Amino acid sequence: MDPSLLEPSTGYIYPNEYFLQWELLIVLYPYITGLVAGAFILASLERVFKVKALWPVYRLALLSALAFMIVAPLPLLAHLGHPERSLEMFLTPHTTSAMAMFGFVYAWYLLVVLLLEVWFDYRREIVIWSQESKAPWRYVYKALTLGATDISDAAIKFDDRAGRLITIIGIPSAFLLHGYVGFIFGSVKANPWWSSVLMPVVFLFSAIVSGMAIVMLIYMVTSWIRWKPIDMACLNKLGEFLLYALIVDFSLELLDFIHRLYESEESIHILSQLITDRLFISLVILQVLMGALIPIFGLVAARFGRLPDEMRRMIYFLVGILIQVGIFSMRWNVVVGGQMFSKSLRGLTVYKVHLFGLEGLLFTIGLLLLPVVILYVLVKLLPPWIDGQEDGALAAQPH
Amino acid sequence: MKTGRIPQQVVVLSVIAVVVVAGFFGMRALFVPESFGKYGHYRADSVDAIRKLPIQYGGAKACAECHDEVAATKSQGFHRGVSCEVCHGPAAAHIEDPGTIKPTAPRQRELCPLCHNYSPSRPTGFPQILTAQHNPGKPCMSCHKPHDPVPPNAPKECSACHRGIWSQKLVSPHASLECSTCHEVPKEHSVDPRGFVVSKPTGNQACERCHSNAALAASAIPQVTSEHTARYLCWDCHYPHFPEGKK
Amino acid sequence: MSLDKEQGPGPGIVTTAGPASTVEVDTAAMDRRQFFDLCKKALPAGMALLAAGTPISGLASAETEAAAGALPEPKMPSYAMAIDVEKCIGCGRCAAACKAENKVPPSPHYVRTWVERYVVPREGEALVDSPNAGIDGFPDQPEVDILKTFFAPKLCNQCANPPCVQVCPVGATFQTRDGVVLVDDDYCVGCRYCIQACPYGARYLHPEKLVADKCTFCYHRITQGLLPACVEVCPTEARVFGDLNSRSSPIQRVLRFNPIMSLKAELNTRPKVFYANADQEIR
Repeated sequence: MDPSLLEPSTGYIYPNEYFLQWELLIVLYPYITGLVAGAFILASLERVFKVKALWPVYRLALLSALAFMIVAPLPLLAHLGHPERSLEMFLTPHTTSAMAMFGFVYAWYLLVVLLLEVWFDYRREIVIWSQESKAPWRYVYKALTLGATDISDAAIKFDDRAGRLITIIGIPSAFLLHGYVGFIFGSVKANPWWSSVLMPVVFLFSAIVSGMAIVMLIYMVTSWIRWKPIDMACLNKLGEFLLYALIVDFSLELLDFIHRLYESEESIHILSQLITDRLFISLVILQVLMGALIPIFGLVAARFGRLPDEMRRMIYFLVGILIQVGIFSMRWNVVVGGQMFSKSLRGLTVYKVHLFGLEGLLFTIGLLLLPVVILYVLVKLLPPWIDGQEDGALAAQPH
Repeated sequence: MKTGRIPQQVVVLSVIAVVVVAGFFGMRALFVPESFGKYGHYRADSVDAIRKLPIQYGGAKACAECHDEVAATKSQGFHRGVSCEVCHGPAAAHIEDPGTIKPTAPRQRELCPLCHNYSPSRPTGFPQILTAQHNPGKPCMSCHKPHDPVPPNAPKECSACHRGIWSQKLVSPHASLECSTCHEVPKEHSVDPRGFVVSKPTGNQACERCHSNAALAASAIPQVTSEHTARYLCWDCHYPHFPEGKK
Repeated sequence: MSLDKEQGPGPGIVTTAGPASTVEVDTAAMDRRQFFDLCKKALPAGMALLAAGTPISGLASAETEAAAGALPEPKMPSYAMAIDVEKCIGCGRCAAACKAENKVPPSPHYVRTWVERYVVPREGEALVDSPNAGIDGFPDQPEVDILKTFFAPKLCNQCANPPCVQVCPVGATFQTRDGVVLVDDDYCVGCRYCIQACPYGARYLHPEKLVADKCTFCYHRITQGLLPACVEVCPTEARVFGDLNSRSSPIQRVLRFNPIMSLKAELNTRPKVFYANADQEIR
């Protein structure tokens, strides 16, 4: 007997539901775009809302957002049956399709928001470095100036104003970027696990949570690697905002859950079965307990408790990691969970992660490491460190 | 270093923006298929391509063009609604090249049970057999002509076509009753089921023959008074082929 | 090829007719062999005519013929299918014919149409199965106390308001002007959003072509006046195909005389596959 005929599913699933359509890569995609949106919103807190304590991570957050943004479309592209046709999404976008808007939202966010923001922010340094650095780098910086070499006071003032304006545009754009990812799932009326108006909002706040946490982690790790002290005021502020965002995020998810339970629609039986039989570890343990409840208590203790700094750093670090695990699990539970029950509402299927192949674990890990590499290059090219220097001073030395 | 009063940055970025936008529209002009958008947001040529896909099933009418005798036989028999290609397989290629490409003809027992093996899910009245018990090993064709599948002997048992009901009745308190106890079965029903329809009881008298407290019947048979049946037909509550039995 | 005649042979389409009927000859005057020869000669010509979008002469109604004079365009057909659940015997010939006609991968996990068996027990949830889409029949019988049991063929519902078309990012799945939802193999990027959006599980990713695939109502057949393969082989007329815009289409009788339901009507997809005498368990 064909081994594929040995049904590992329970109950009845439609024949075509045997294979999952969206696998690990599509779990990865909202996770990474979430990091982008979150990191950018963190950066804009400093820039627009003038939260001065966050100054040490402002540029780091921008570069992290850029690094993740560059990687964001790769899982999408890799999962397509015909990646060579992907340009069609730009050329003949179907206006009723949420997914078709991706190309434009992405282009807008990458080109108009992130790249411009970074460019305006670094332009003065780029111009100086293009004159002071050595041979190969010199040309890189020269190219990066795009020919705009004016660093008169008036020009710098313009840079600053332009940067602020872009950040102000960037906040709704970041909301759009990730809210729309939520909409891709939330608007599928055929799928009761996805179909929810809260989905874009939940995605947005989980994005903010994951983005802030990842910048916090990156800040701590880079400081340790560089043997520089961590600015505790900044870290505490980060922890505080993270706590607020996490509470909002968790409340929204709870609201969604209670709402479903209370409305108790036709799908409730299969969805409860889904949670207890298939998603118990990834949803109850990883997403709720380790990804939300423990971090909330940890953050309250670290931010408001009387603890030594060393202890706080430890807690922040652990919380940062737990949140990443939790948010990744949340993406998993949405994407994979939404395909593990039959649309006949009569059965559950199973999903096993493969190790190899485009949808495999190794490729996913590779894609997760890629932003780190890109960030390393970006940090080398555009050092974001301020190391105790005054606001606006030329912090790092170029190559 | 200002270009007029417009900041240098703006000039540079404007140029890039113009290049990007122009590139976008250039690409659109270059790569969007010509027939795209003719009728809607799709390639009109794709409709043509799909229409030109090869046909496998030629259709029963095409078969009848040549096989007129078989078609005539079949049109009078129980299999008149069964298209030739149900049993003989897709034959469009045979229609185009009748000489060399021959359709298959099932001659063993593999195909007929797909329709005629007993399944309780099949509508009642559909002729069904228990394949394992019905002349095991013998090809169906040895008794039944597929193009005019009249059984060699008219079925004697109602279970030939009504096995679902029959098998329920068999394990019910009504097991000992013949179908004809309640139904009038015309003799011709077994050869022309639609032409000679079996009657169904129309009133409670059918049941009252045994179940009325006035009836002469064994004490094991539940009996009721006429008040019990007021306004209702017996089978509004009790399924005659599988009644509840005595508690 | 001109698409002006996309509506094919026009009303009355549902009466089955093979390509051979494109040639009108007095068959009584010749023997079969001669007839074959004539067919062999005439068929390519007939096919060429078809390819040019000419309506099949034997089927063309007065309306279509008027249109040949380039006057008012005849009414587009609106193709639809009715499924009478009470007539389905669960033989699975539809699912088998579909695989053969449309070169659907043989694996049981890729199907354009399939037959489900419902066994509603006296107590508890209905048991549903569809082993190999019903192609090999339903050999195993669940051991339950049956209240009722029946078969239900499933396929793409050809929604008038198709969620799959709505979500397709590039316009690779679309609704033709005669209401059939198709997939453009050469344009689909394989993102699978349409598969997620389909409430009926009617779509799959073709394992070789890596594009979305689904029932086309046998568009290549119906536009030539043939029936969809599943309807052609259905031995009990449980599947009836027709044109909603034609008053003399067999589907009209099914719709008139039977209680009709649509699957998942609450989703407002407005299916053009209608279920007659169907139980609420079917979903």
